[in-house]
Amino acid sequence: MCWQACDFPLTLGAMQECRIAAEKLACRRGDRVLFSDLNFALSPGDALQIVGSNGIGKSSLLRILAGLMRPFLGQVVRDGTIGLIDERAALDPELALGQALAFWQRIDGPVDNELARLGLAGLMDVPVRYLSTGQTKRAAFARLLGQGAPIWLLDEPLNGLDGEAVQLVETIVAEHCRAGGICLIASHQPFDLAGLRQLALQDFTP
Amino acid sequence: MTGRLGALLRRDLARLLLGGRRGGSILPILFFLAVAMIYPFAVGPDAPLLARTGGGVIWVAALLAAILPLDRLIEPDIEMGFFNQWALRGISEEWIIAVRILAHWLSFAPALMLAAVPAAALLGLDGPTIRTVELGLLAGTPGLAALGVMVAALTAGLRGGAALSGMLVIPLAVPLLIFGAGSLSTGGDSGVALTGACSLVLLAIAPFAGGAAVRAARD
Repeated sequence: MCWQACDFPLTLGAMQECRIAAEKLACRRGDRVLFSDLNFALSPGDALQIVGSNGIGKSSLLRILAGLMRPFLGQVVRDGTIGLIDERAALDPELALGQALAFWQRIDGPVDNELARLGLAGLMDVPVRYLSTGQTKRAAFARLLGQGAPIWLLDEPLNGLDGEAVQLVETIVAEHCRAGGICLIASHQPFDLAGLRQLALQDFTP
Repeated sequence: MTGRLGALLRRDLARLLLGGRRGGSILPILFFLAVAMIYPFAVGPDAPLLARTGGGVIWVAALLAAILPLDRLIEPDIEMGFFNQWALRGISEEWIIAVRILAHWLSFAPALMLAAVPAAALLGLDGPTIRTVELGLLAGTPGLAALGVMVAALTAGLRGGAALSGMLVIPLAVPLLIFGAGSLSTGGDSGVALTGACSLVLLAIAPFAGGAAVRAARD
């Protein structure tokens, strides 16, 4: 799957060599083991969709992979920084969208976050708390693109998006993988992407 | 790293000092002045009594004013996912807490020390006492800021965290209050020095305790 990846850092700038692997991961919430003995390895250009019913541990798996939660057993091996999209946009609700995104640009450096393409160019003066669910999601994608992280963890990235925006997100993810990035998507909705592998979490429940 | 910390400080100051919809540092200062104003009404217009106890009232009012913004120091940023995003970018919680202590101090202490002058006038304090109060506040408010941020981090995510954090801050602030207000009765600088020492201990502990609390709240 390492096609045209490592040698041609094309569209997203100089993407560093990245990989992420789960080794015998297990996750416990309370006294319940959600999944165990989970293994996979992703190299540049790979995309993986984690599927499963509600409460099976998709979000927990992403949080473990991001290093925000400790696994019960096993370990995560990774090279490269993580970009995360979840239900929390991390944008100050009382600020105008432009200012809220400008904060992340000061943290991440001046990387183009493709506002026009995401349909956000006309919303820069609108306070974040007035944005709709879909607009907030698109703003979170602008933050993610501005971060320039090679490994993307997307938790329900299509929630609240209309048909057009869904296609846009699929295109953005495809471009990211073509440029040598890795993408993990936790979603029960179908995600249209060439070469997308699937990992069904129910195969790892005890 | 310094650029990132600068960006964090700028955001913290915009949130805490100016405060958007919630009034920023204006409300705690007005609250502080209101307490200083209402105290003579409560104890009566006995000038010697007011002058003797006024310094202590200023200290209690300062403590209460520092407690007011605790619920918006840490918890909203955890709720909105900011701490997760910072963690992914390798910015440690300790640095974030340290920056927030500085921002919290800047947002209430300088204004409080300015407001202490009219408050002292309302209570009829004399010049040397005002000087001791101001020096004590200068030495003690960094400790109050560190304590406030630390307790806000510890109670973030708990139900009723706002009320609980007030209950936790007050007993922990007792040393600051004893030395800070105590320096008024002895008239010595040793009380101010001990207040400063308490502040330094709190400043040294708070980033690590607060950072650990934020990480623990994540699981």
